[in-house]
Amino acid sequence: MQLSQKALAIPPSLTLKITAMAKKMKSQGQDVVGFGAGEPDFDTPANIKEAAKRALDAGFTKYTPASGMLELKQAICNSLKAKEGLDYTPSQIVVSNGAKHSLFNIFQAILNPGDEVIIITPFWLTYPELVKMADGVPVYVEAYESNNFEPSKEDILAAVTDRTKAIIINNPSNPTGSVYTQKTLADIAHIAREHDFFIVSDEIYDELIYDSHKHLSIADVSKDAYRRTIMVNGLSKSYSMTGWRIGYTASSEEIAKVMGGYQSHATSNPCSISQAASIEALTGPQDELVKMREEFNRRRKKIVKMINEIDGLSCITPKGAFYVMMNISQLKGKSLHGRTINNSMDFAEMLLDEALVAVVPGAAFGADDFERLSYAISMDSIKKGIKRIGEFVALLD
Amino acid sequence: MRSFVSGTVRDVPPSGIRKFFDIASEMKDAISLGVGEPDFVTPWNIRESAIFSMERGYTHYTSNHGMLSLRELITEYLRTRYGISYDPQVQTVVTVGASEALDLAFRAIMEPGDEVLVPAPSYVSYMPGVTFAGGVPVPIETRVEDNFTITAGAIERVITSKTKAIVLPYPNNPTGAVMTREQLESIKDALIQHDLLVISDEIYSELTYGGQHVSVASLDGMYERTLVINGFSKAFAMTGFRLGYAAGPEDIIAAMVKIHQYSMLCASTMSQYAGEEALRYEMNTDFSQVSKMVKSYDMRRKYMYRALNDIGLEAFEPRGAFYIFPSIKSTGLSSEEFCFRLIDEKRVACVPGTAFGAAGEGFMRCSYASSMENLREAIKRIGEFVEECRK
Amino acid sequence: MMEQLKSDILDILESNAHIAPAEIAAMVDADEATVCSLIRQMEDDGVIIKYTVLANRQKLSEDDFAEALIEVKITPQRDYGYDDLAGRIYKYDEVQAVYLMAGAYDLAVRIKSRSMKDISKFVFEKLAVIDGVTSTITLFIMRKYKEDGVVLVGEDADERLVVSP
Repeated sequence: MQLSQKALAIPPSLTLKITAMAKKMKSQGQDVVGFGAGEPDFDTPANIKEAAKRALDAGFTKYTPASGMLELKQAICNSLKAKEGLDYTPSQIVVSNGAKHSLFNIFQAILNPGDEVIIITPFWLTYPELVKMADGVPVYVEAYESNNFEPSKEDILAAVTDRTKAIIINNPSNPTGSVYTQKTLADIAHIAREHDFFIVSDEIYDELIYDSHKHLSIADVSKDAYRRTIMVNGLSKSYSMTGWRIGYTASSEEIAKVMGGYQSHATSNPCSISQAASIEALTGPQDELVKMREEFNRRRKKIVKMINEIDGLSCITPKGAFYVMMNISQLKGKSLHGRTINNSMDFAEMLLDEALVAVVPGAAFGADDFERLSYAISMDSIKKGIKRIGEFVALLD
Repeated sequence: MRSFVSGTVRDVPPSGIRKFFDIASEMKDAISLGVGEPDFVTPWNIRESAIFSMERGYTHYTSNHGMLSLRELITEYLRTRYGISYDPQVQTVVTVGASEALDLAFRAIMEPGDEVLVPAPSYVSYMPGVTFAGGVPVPIETRVEDNFTITAGAIERVITSKTKAIVLPYPNNPTGAVMTREQLESIKDALIQHDLLVISDEIYSELTYGGQHVSVASLDGMYERTLVINGFSKAFAMTGFRLGYAAGPEDIIAAMVKIHQYSMLCASTMSQYAGEEALRYEMNTDFSQVSKMVKSYDMRRKYMYRALNDIGLEAFEPRGAFYIFPSIKSTGLSSEEFCFRLIDEKRVACVPGTAFGAAGEGFMRCSYASSMENLREAIKRIGEFVEECRK
Repeated sequence: MMEQLKSDILDILESNAHIAPAEIAAMVDADEATVCSLIRQMEDDGVIIKYTVLANRQKLSEDDFAEALIEVKITPQRDYGYDDLAGRIYKYDEVQAVYLMAGAYDLAVRIKSRSMKDISKFVFEKLAVIDGVTSTITLFIMRKYKEDGVVLVGEDADERLVVSP
């Protein structure tokens, strides 16, 4: 029995691997501080859970339309209008089993074998895999720390070929926390128009933006950008609803129809109860969201300050999401107990072994000079963990 | 702007049921025998356990495989109920409904151009699923004369050197057919000889009448080449929870999880807790709630079987699921004509057999997962319609 | 076989006593004559006691209707035990049900009458004064949520899509 070559070629997800290693050490009783988390550490707000209970109570446990309930789609449209000023109708929305699923659907729906998709490095490691699974070819464009991890117009242009089918941007970004400026977005939209390709805009962290920074959706840049953008969003990060598995796309009606039809065959509708809960999340009181954002902000400031106080390490201040990219380039070549740091994986492994701190190596995101630290953990853990990192770095020679 | 849609996706025709759904859903006053899900509300203990999981704050991601405690219950269930043993750690994956499990299965095994045998008529998503994964679906027509089962001869007729797998969807949607142990034994040699993987969709396994479901994986020599797909939707009336699973050879499950981790991450956490309760409770109570539901379906099944034959629509006696698949050939109408006119003139929604493949021509699918009041009234109206057709 | 058939017929009648014999026959896959004769036989044997209606009187907005459960403690009488006392209670027309209980009290009595006042009066004047009754606690039924396995307060709507694959 031969398995699919395509399936065999998929690597296990590196971020989850580190989390698993840390989990194992923890279960053996070791006091590991994990900076690997990719989900908020808050519980789902009570009003949302109440809505789910009501749905269960009323026996709302049946199939819904495959692309989601009309009522939820309407709530999504209203929310996009309120947040971004964008006009969508329910027929442009497809609700899926999490934003990952939305992305999977998109690439399945738009890619033909050999089509290229431009991915900005450092990237969320799922993107290239989803492109490859749909027989597409990932093409990478590097975004530099010196430019706040935003890609430049020239670099993107250099990557465009006549096979370019789409560009995917993650704004705000996992892992860098960058929030694209109006200019960057306008550049991308312009290039997409000139060369006629799609913009896939993953905006899952759009509610987690700090200071005076504002989120701008690329769909809002121009009429043309609106038409060629497939926006991806979800409830997981903003409402601390990761386990509920609800994501969605907003796109042209044509694409929505194709993805909806595709989903009806592949997986059918997302969980009915989660959909009912999502309606409450979008239409109910938003104060929990504000509270979570404030808490993330406090942690963000703390972690950035502490990292920059360590000799040999640095990071820029992320504008959004809940990750920082810790620059370790100055430590390359240093060693401890006979092991040398040659790359981000070495650093992560040594740190876990020597200091019981789990971080995600930047290599997983195509950025080997960095480690990704998530601050979706308690303030105490942040302080303890960064202190240990400082002690570890001080031992290096 | 050029058209962006992928050729593979564009070439898949919209499911026949879709068109019918659009019409039927506009007619609020129609009696629907078109529903493909239980009419029971999810048992309260299951719903209550979902609530309890939320109250305890279990609202975060689970392992990509699904919670180990749930997988342990699944493997215990498969072992005690169907006599097939799996290692919960590496031989099962929890999915977003059985449909995701099917999708993953096709993707995990398919090389471009590989052929998969798909019985027809059968569930609408098998063929597109194979196509999406880059394979070529090859229908095997099943005939009412064979009780809509697959025969070794039918397999031999369509097999080629490119055939890699066969979908075995029994109990069957839309025909209600089951395959007995003897019938499965009779195709076993062909499956082994041609080295096929069997993707056994057993989502209706709990809903059989007058005989226990037999999993093809329990046959000698079939375990290694069978991937069992099942879920919670039909047995426990949990369609909205979107919870299914696959169990089978370790390498196939591993490949499926690889895709699942990127495409889906995990099934809804709350649903997984609900699924645990469903299995635990039923296994502890000798399947008390399931048997109650099965008994109720069984009575309606018998009623429909007799009533349809009485009004002159010859029906094959279904032994599983909650569908009956009468022939409408005697009216001289095509399946589509019959069903479209039936809903238009009599406000009864049944699904044309052709929605399940060309082999369904001359039949329609009636779901009896509906109240006796609805069934009675529907039969009355269908009877009138048949009369009028014959005049 | 016949016993199973009878039990299936009872299941159907208990959920709807109005249903036609032909339909029952189809549901249990028997012929109509057999079903009719089995029903008659069960009526004769007292298996089927009577055909009744499960009413939800709350919907009638009647104000001349009240129901209560009464916990009764008694001293069993010599030579008669509990049965005699129970008989003195269950013969009253107002009394809908009497059960002998194990636990904190002895008899559970369900009473239906026109008003709470009437029920109180019945307890004081008829029940409490019976020799051997040592105490009573009256619990008025304010609202019925479920009766005989049937939920009375708003059924779950059929949330299903009209057609699904």
